[in-house]
Amino acid sequence: MATINWKKLRKAVFSKTVYRGTASIAVLLALWELGRWLRMPILGAAPAPSEVIFLLREIVFAPDFWENWSASFKRVLTGFVAAQIIGIPLGLAMAINRVARDTAFPVLEIMRPIPPLAWVPASIIFWPTTESSIAFVIFLGAFFTVVLNVLGGARDIDVRYLRAARSLGSRPQDIFFKIVLPATLPSIFTGMAVGMGITWEVVVAAEMIAGKSGLGYLTWSSYVGGNYPLIVIGMISIGIAGYVSSSLIRLTGKLAAPWQRLF
Amino acid sequence: MTHPVEAQMAVEAVSKSYEAGLRQRVVLDGCSFMLEKGKLTVLIGPSGCGKSTLINIMAGYEKADAGMATLEGRPVGEPAADRLVVFQETALFPWMTAFQNVAYGPRVQRKLPDKEVEARTMELLERVGLQDFRDKYPMQLSGGMQRRAELARALINQPKVMFLDEPFRGLDAMTRELMQEYYLKLYEGSQQTTLFVTSEIDEALLIADTLLIMTNRPGRIAKTLKIALPRPREPKVLTSQAYLRYKEEALEILHEEAVKAFSGGSKAAVDFLEAYADRDQAHS
Repeated sequence: MATINWKKLRKAVFSKTVYRGTASIAVLLALWELGRWLRMPILGAAPAPSEVIFLLREIVFAPDFWENWSASFKRVLTGFVAAQIIGIPLGLAMAINRVARDTAFPVLEIMRPIPPLAWVPASIIFWPTTESSIAFVIFLGAFFTVVLNVLGGARDIDVRYLRAARSLGSRPQDIFFKIVLPATLPSIFTGMAVGMGITWEVVVAAEMIAGKSGLGYLTWSSYVGGNYPLIVIGMISIGIAGYVSSSLIRLTGKLAAPWQRLF
Repeated sequence: MTHPVEAQMAVEAVSKSYEAGLRQRVVLDGCSFMLEKGKLTVLIGPSGCGKSTLINIMAGYEKADAGMATLEGRPVGEPAADRLVVFQETALFPWMTAFQNVAYGPRVQRKLPDKEVEARTMELLERVGLQDFRDKYPMQLSGGMQRRAELARALINQPKVMFLDEPFRGLDAMTRELMQEYYLKLYEGSQQTTLFVTSEIDEALLIADTLLIMTNRPGRIAKTLKIALPRPREPKVLTSQAYLRYKEEALEILHEEAVKAFSGGSKAAVDFLEAYADRDQAHS
């Protein structure tokens, strides 16, 4: 049963860290607003926070704004989940099987340095719809990170655990499911968290190039349409969306590997 | 009346060397000894003399270049639950609770029903005083508790032979003493055939039925001492005359070995020789 520790919560909310963080954001916003008012170079051209907030009050009630959120989230989720479904088993297979490792590693190492965005033209040609080509580019963004993290994590398992497991009478499937998999779990989640970050970078850029919806498209089309406050709203939305996604992964990772929290 | 000695496990003329760059480094050379059934045999020797290699060969993790290790007269094969190692540093699975760690062996061996496994696991946890910590992860246990959990994880399988490779190394002095007393009780209650490796002479003499003294590399057995101190053993045995005589004899042999190693160019022997000289001065 989870009960909220109010004393602890109050301490966390009214801590010096929170106070300093709030103060630094407030100072940033004040300087920005002031810069706009005084027509300072660079800042003078940007929309002021007050303008952004003014627009935000209208836009949070506009359905198309939220449609852009959901469009980006759907793409991220599709590509990301596909990267996990293919990447995690591949990484594990490469870790435990020499033939798989020797076969797959050179190909991966040639493909990996190609930035996901360099795949955009090719994938638009090869995939039937724009949507599927964007999902593919997102998939690539997360895929290599996931494979390499899983492979590294599974290869780094302390030989003492494997020896102990063998001595205690494990069959090969016990070694895999009860030793290799849980020992690799933290690396899997590290790969997911890093992969998620890359995924948001890629989705935004892909939407700017080829999208008809999404937060990246929103930001770019606002620029084209000259709606400057909306650019800022698009940017902040992307930041929040990325933060929420990686927080969810970190939380899941903590729940899935409870022994890790105890350090 | 003398009983015929029953060897549970034997090491017969085992040799092992490793590639060290272009040269061969001989770690074990014609090493032979045996473990008496139900007895606690302690192996002591200078660091780097091949003690861990010996255990790896007996447990089946490594193969000997020549000679063999036998269990009940048959050569040992792959690692199995009849020969269990408790390692130098803890090898408890960090992702399992104390209970899951101890229950792991019987669970994967699938010879007992779940209920029976659970009952036995609880019994073992109680024997090592961890019944209140059954749901803790290894990280949440102290160093001494981790060692005890690991002993329980091995003991639950009722192995024919147990190897303890410097099991109390790295514990602070106080915990180490407590663990030695704890282990004595555990052993005296189970009569488990055991090979206990250590580099501490007091620890060795406190617990041993038989003391094997190993030479410097290439390792073989320099001397076998039967330790006829009464059981159950109490730490106060450390002050008895008989104990001191055993210690004198063991140190004498270790000293000879260190001198040989030193003249052979070993730097590891220097510390021991210096300490031994200081001790002689203190005596006179």
